[in-house]
Amino acid sequence: MYRILQTVLVALILFTAFPAAGLSAEEPLRDLVNALGTAKLSNMDEHIAALAKSGDPKIVPILEALSDGNLYVRKADDQVFLTRESGANLTLTDPLSGESVGEAPKSALSKIKVNNSVRRSVRAALGGLTLLSPDRNQRFKAAQSILQSPNADALPTIENALAAEKDAAIRTLLEQARATAVLASDRPPEEKRQAVQTLKQNGGREALSILSAALGTADETLKPEIEAALASIEQTQALWAAGQNVWYGLSLGSVLLLAAIGLAITFGVMGIINMAHGEMVMLGAYTTFLVQEIVRTSFPGLFDWSLAIALPLAFLVTGAVGLAIERGVIRFLYGRPLETLLATWGISLILQQAVRSIFGPTNREVGNPSWMSGAFELGGLTITWNRLWIILFALTVFAGLLFLLKKTPMGLQMRAVTQNRRMASSMGIRTPVVDALTFALGSGIAGMAGVALSQIDNVSPNLGQGYIIDSFMVVVFGGVGNLWGTLVGAFSLGILNKFLEPYAGAVLGKILVLVLIILFIQKRPRGLFALKGRAVEA
Amino acid sequence: MITSFLIKSLDRTILVAVAILLALAVLVPVLNLLTAPDHPLHVPTYLVSLFGKYLTYALLALALDLVWGFCGILSLGHAAFFALGGYAMGMYLMRQIGARGSYGNPLLPDFMVFLNWKELPWFWYGFDMFWFAALMVVLVPGLIAFVFGWFAFRSRVNGVYLSIITQAMTYALLLAFFRNDMGFGGNNGLTDFKDILGFNIQADGTRAALFAASALALAVSLVITSGIVRSKFGKVLVALRDAESRTRFLGYRVEHMKLFAFTVSAMMAGVAGALYVPQVGIINPGEFEPGNSIEVVIWTAVGGRGTLIGPIIGAILVNGGKSIFTAAFPEFWLFALGGLFVLVTLLLPKGIVGTAQHYLARRRSYRAETVSDKGAGLRASEPMAAE
Repeated sequence: MYRILQTVLVALILFTAFPAAGLSAEEPLRDLVNALGTAKLSNMDEHIAALAKSGDPKIVPILEALSDGNLYVRKADDQVFLTRESGANLTLTDPLSGESVGEAPKSALSKIKVNNSVRRSVRAALGGLTLLSPDRNQRFKAAQSILQSPNADALPTIENALAAEKDAAIRTLLEQARATAVLASDRPPEEKRQAVQTLKQNGGREALSILSAALGTADETLKPEIEAALASIEQTQALWAAGQNVWYGLSLGSVLLLAAIGLAITFGVMGIINMAHGEMVMLGAYTTFLVQEIVRTSFPGLFDWSLAIALPLAFLVTGAVGLAIERGVIRFLYGRPLETLLATWGISLILQQAVRSIFGPTNREVGNPSWMSGAFELGGLTITWNRLWIILFALTVFAGLLFLLKKTPMGLQMRAVTQNRRMASSMGIRTPVVDALTFALGSGIAGMAGVALSQIDNVSPNLGQGYIIDSFMVVVFGGVGNLWGTLVGAFSLGILNKFLEPYAGAVLGKILVLVLIILFIQKRPRGLFALKGRAVEA
Repeated sequence: MITSFLIKSLDRTILVAVAILLALAVLVPVLNLLTAPDHPLHVPTYLVSLFGKYLTYALLALALDLVWGFCGILSLGHAAFFALGGYAMGMYLMRQIGARGSYGNPLLPDFMVFLNWKELPWFWYGFDMFWFAALMVVLVPGLIAFVFGWFAFRSRVNGVYLSIITQAMTYALLLAFFRNDMGFGGNNGLTDFKDILGFNIQADGTRAALFAASALALAVSLVITSGIVRSKFGKVLVALRDAESRTRFLGYRVEHMKLFAFTVSAMMAGVAGALYVPQVGIINPGEFEPGNSIEVVIWTAVGGRGTLIGPIIGAILVNGGKSIFTAAFPEFWLFALGGLFVLVTLLLPKGIVGTAQHYLARRRSYRAETVSDKGAGLRASEPMAAE
């Protein structure tokens, strides 16, 4: 116990003693600072260099003040102060201790004059100083800024910093900065060649612009080297861009898959054209909105769980609505697909207007839980968490549905009824029940899709309309009655769309996709994965 | 041959309908222009325009009925042909503005000046002449329908698939016309029309004339469709609607017949659009909205598909209802429209006219049955099955 006390005491003494030690070290520094006050413009550079050599972070604000014109010298004793204007007077701050030393009339002081060449040396000195700062963030920023405006003069500072730097990210930045500075300097070609290689390895858009800038000034022997490096960087860039497009395409595809997968059941498996499908998605999104409202007002701590709560609820709500639609309308229209189309269109109008009347026509805000916001970098790709989760969710729903259809008794009955209703009925399957449940399932899945889409789209009464044509396209393209077709259809349409976008623009790209699908249907009227056999004729 | 076509086309119902339309075409302008505003029989101008609009809708519904009611092609993109015809007419009207636009450019319409365009795009040439525009009103929708139908029917895309891709077609056109680069005024479409054939488009006289033209166009189209439907060709159309494969096996080129009906129908829709635009004074990409095309289907369904009078009655009834509803209880209109879709398909699949005809036929056959032997009853039984 005693020992602990002793250590604490010693530590305390050391700590209080430390500033005092600093003070004593300050004296030569103060002389250097005061020398700025009497220096001439012509030899200001030397004084700045001398200050920079001290490597003391306290110099930073002084140099900044100097280049901003806020550094004044007191006429009476040639003392230098940092100043801030306050009315007719200037507030003085001691440059080294940072303490305020009161005010003085402007006439008692004179401004230390600077010109552009002084400012330039100040900037170089500052870059070097902050590069050596113990604070990682400051070093990082300094490295970035030096990379943005590199010049040959900064080369020694960069090399100094590089020798001392341990942090990998900053090192890369510095290496790039060094290479850039080398290219601009008069160093031997061998070193320049290496610099080109460094830039080429690091790649990126900055390297591209640096190299193309250097191409203009470089001498002949270096030019082919730079051109090769440029080509190689451009190629990698193009690869990453293509990768990013694939990612965007996958993301769009997952949205399409979510919107279409419920339709793949009602349209693909049951043969019902459900034009109110988009409205089921919309209802799912509004369920999410309601859940979030309740969570926000009553259980704010559960906000991150709101989607998990909304998911089963949305399934139940839209499943129940779907069940009501099937029992109330659709069951009277089996075997008359065009009439079903019209009736469900009517239902979609009613649902839209009902939501508009209840929640208003404007967009409602649905928040992203913390685990769905933000993004991360993967190589040259930027991946947002919400898109990643939606892709995973879409695939999970798909797998779950596939399992349900292929491995459970209910799925077996569903498939039996769709393949041969009368035979299934003769085997004791209650076909009306199976119809109702299948339709409810399709609607419920649309509701779950709505939960996911509420995270990336505007939650408004028109939410569903935007998806209905796209999802029909997916189902028709992929092949009716085949879940795998829907999967392939959704992702290939998504990726195709995103690859057309850069060349044709978003709208024209979409038009092209529609035209391509229309042409594709001519070739394969029953989609990519058509059902074969007698079921087709029915 | 043409006379025989005409005579065949005119049975009593059609004759009455055409007579009514012609009477309206004369009477309404007269009552509008030649009576004092406080006269009890005076028809105010806004009503003339409103009913003129309904008549163009009726023409559109009739066009859809030709393909849906008689040929079994449920097109969910007919409003696209309507809008294309409307755009052709709108382009003519735009060119008529001349230097009177807000920018005063004698050649370029306002929106092109606004977009900093220097010269007229090639597809705007010729639209300063009425005959050219009138030709395009028919040709453009006809051509698009021909190409689209040629691809679709040749590869035997039918039923629901055809409905969905017609919807995709109108959706694609919607997106295309929204683009400013297309040169059709983008989002805002074409508007601010000044005059048509030298007459001020706002004047009462012009509006009455447009009404008369709409009634006339509808009457002519009614005669044409009736002629088509009642010819031998029309009988085969109905046959392929009810049993496509069987008709094909009998040796008819089903896809050619469908293509013909589809193209004629699209042309009629184009004419309807061309008459619609000067009466409402604007055409914008919203007309391509897939929802609009589906609404046309409900007009036809309410009136009675497969009857020629039905779509006309349906279009006027539903749109009249829409005008009243949207003025009185705007938020309930979509409920009413949605309910109409559901109820008509569930309870009134033959529509108003179809159901009435059904009952009339039943009564007649009942009477015939009681008078003569029982064979007559079978013939009058339900003429059409589901597709």
